[in-house]
Amino acid sequence: MTQAELRLCSLLLQEHFGEIVEKVGNSLLRTGPRPLRLLVGDTGLLPDQVKKALCVLIQHNLVWYEVQPRGSVEYEARSERILRILRYPRYIYTAKTLYGDPGELLVEELLLHGHLPMSCAVARVADRLTETMEDGKTMDYAEVSSTFVRLADTHFIQRCPIVPESSRSTKVPLPPAPALAIAEKDMYVVPRLSLVGKGKRRHSCNEEEEGEHAAKKQKQEGGSSETPPDDGIYWQVNLERFHQHFRDQALVSATASRMDQTSSEVVRTMLRMSEVTTASGASHTQPLSSNEIFRSLPPGYNIGKQVLDQYLALLADDPLEFVGKSGDSGGGTYTVKVMWGPGASWAPPSPFLHPSLIRLLLRRFGSRCARIFRLLLRKKHLEQKQVEDFAMIPAKEAKDMLYRMLSENLVSLQEIPKTPDHAPSRTFYLYTVNVMAAARMLLHRCYKSVANLMERRQHEMRENKRLLEKSQRVEAILASMQATGAEASQLHEVEEMITGPERQQLENLKRNVNKIDASENQVDETIFVLESFIMSTMKTP
Amino acid sequence: LSMAGRGRGRGRGQMTFNVEAVGIGKGDALPPPTLQPSPLFPALERRAAPLPGGEEGEYMLALKQELRRAMRGLPYFVKPGAPRRDIERYSDKYQLSSPMDNAIDWNPDWRRLPRELKIRVRQLRKGRTAPLIPKQHVAVDKEETIKKLESLEKKEEEVTSEEEEEKEEEEEGKEEEEEEYDEEEHEEETDYVLSYFDNGESFGPDSDDNGDEAVY
Repeated sequence: MTQAELRLCSLLLQEHFGEIVEKVGNSLLRTGPRPLRLLVGDTGLLPDQVKKALCVLIQHNLVWYEVQPRGSVEYEARSERILRILRYPRYIYTAKTLYGDPGELLVEELLLHGHLPMSCAVARVADRLTETMEDGKTMDYAEVSSTFVRLADTHFIQRCPIVPESSRSTKVPLPPAPALAIAEKDMYVVPRLSLVGKGKRRHSCNEEEEGEHAAKKQKQEGGSSETPPDDGIYWQVNLERFHQHFRDQALVSATASRMDQTSSEVVRTMLRMSEVTTASGASHTQPLSSNEIFRSLPPGYNIGKQVLDQYLALLADDPLEFVGKSGDSGGGTYTVKVMWGPGASWAPPSPFLHPSLIRLLLRRFGSRCARIFRLLLRKKHLEQKQVEDFAMIPAKEAKDMLYRMLSENLVSLQEIPKTPDHAPSRTFYLYTVNVMAAARMLLHRCYKSVANLMERRQHEMRENKRLLEKSQRVEAILASMQATGAEASQLHEVEEMITGPERQQLENLKRNVNKIDASENQVDETIFVLESFIMSTMKTP
Repeated sequence: LSMAGRGRGRGRGQMTFNVEAVGIGKGDALPPPTLQPSPLFPALERRAAPLPGGEEGEYMLALKQELRRAMRGLPYFVKPGAPRRDIERYSDKYQLSSPMDNAIDWNPDWRRLPRELKIRVRQLRKGRTAPLIPKQHVAVDKEETIKKLESLEKKEEEVTSEEEEEKEEEEEGKEEEEEEYDEEEHEEETDYVLSYFDNGESFGPDSDDNGDEAVY
């Protein structure tokens, strides 16, 4: 774990869970897995505080525990999972685009609470949706439930490992910690629940009667306040599935920009068909026959079968190898290459990573640097002189750029000796791009960037704390005055409590904080691309 | 000994490889040696690309800020307990519940967690149930204290049992409204509005109308 990652994890924990949880998380990240008493000693916190922090971290899947052979329990922090907190808005937004408001809120509730039983999640979401509806209307549990089921069917949410059935034998002492486990086949099985009910509003007069009766009924039937029917079955968000979705999206848009809209639709259809059949970490989807693809095209697309075949052939022939032909049965079977790694060393450049790298270079170092970089990617190894010639850049400038990139580890020098004694005068020095090293370096930079952004944002908030508090107080006063029906002139008087320059300052603050937040989201997109690339390369045998 | 400085001064920085191959021609001026660490904020040669705007970006921005705000309010945001005061004051009995170290504000599923992590679950129901007798670390004359506390408890129980009855009738859902209603209705022991003061040390049956906590 690099310092940059540690710092970012620290900031994320502190911002979302407070300093106590941050201290505990930090200790685990920096020193590795340890038992409770060492944690207490290390952090200097009270034992109860550490216990609370661990409960929170485990609840949110940020820390897991393991019973050691000697009987003690060791806790381990999961840094890569902590970093995912940055991506929560993206997960929630994606759920919204796929499954509408119920989907969005379900995913949000699951992320906010770590894991929840289905009954609880559905009830909460129904309540929240009811709040936003017109007076007198409520959200029925059934609609939310059906969205829940769809999320489970498409694997966007999954069941958490469960507590094993205890043998109830009093002779065997209970283990210090349960060993949670779940079989692959059970992970998406939704329990048969009959969740009946409607969302409840928190403040509404007309609902009172209904709410009372319904609540009373539920109590009598052993509903809300007693053990729910799906006790012990918890659900969590399946982040990997969202990541797969993001990759699919990137593939489709890369196809669209390289070829045309129709070919991207073909690829999108193929990916949709393979959603749940592609194992995570697989390099290709399962083979799909062209007949199947034809049948699954979205209804709006009236392309003929031959046209589809032509598109498939074009896609398969493309040097970027989005689609590969795997056989001839059923009119030809095709797969989509989903792995992002470079594969064999002779493989053509990945269509996702390199554009990102190049774009970064473009902004940071200029278009000529980017030109040299692209050239090196294409030609693999070039001498100094060749770089100058191919890139059509004067020697001095080319040199300067190459050295800058060299110092940033974006390119490296490869020595090829002509003679066995490796004499410098008789050795080729070739510039080359080591994609993995470049990717790692950039990823490290991204982590640093986000951490810096967060710190700056927190600094801005701290600097303006007094003004923010004042503004909040004024808002509160205004709200209460409006509720009691004050006159416009009185309201105006209160508003005037915040002076013109102060108002300007608040505007600036808001603008800056928004900019920083948006930048954090943006950098996380790059982090996703880089991490996916590095991850998939590591998986290649 | 005199051999140590032999190479110095003879030709400008000799390197082990042929510098021409890397592109530094003869007679070219090398950049001056770096004598200090690079500046903390080097001048920006190029400005960063503008952020992509658009509906998606705006929505995600709003989501992010909303998420941050929401998480600060959840019980998972662990705050340090209020520091113990030097003397126990009368008003402590009526203080609003402040964060406590030895209680957890939500109800995790203890079956899924290691046993050593279990601590008391605090129920955030205001003024509903008999307050717990605070732990006495100092060894005081037990009998006297017990008597005192018993009489206090009885008094509190009278008050709170009345409250409980009202609440049973009202049903759940409108916490603030209920409490206001109660205060006006039943006779108060003190001049203070009871809902404002709660020492937070209450134990009791599950509160089933606190929408913020996950109910399992």
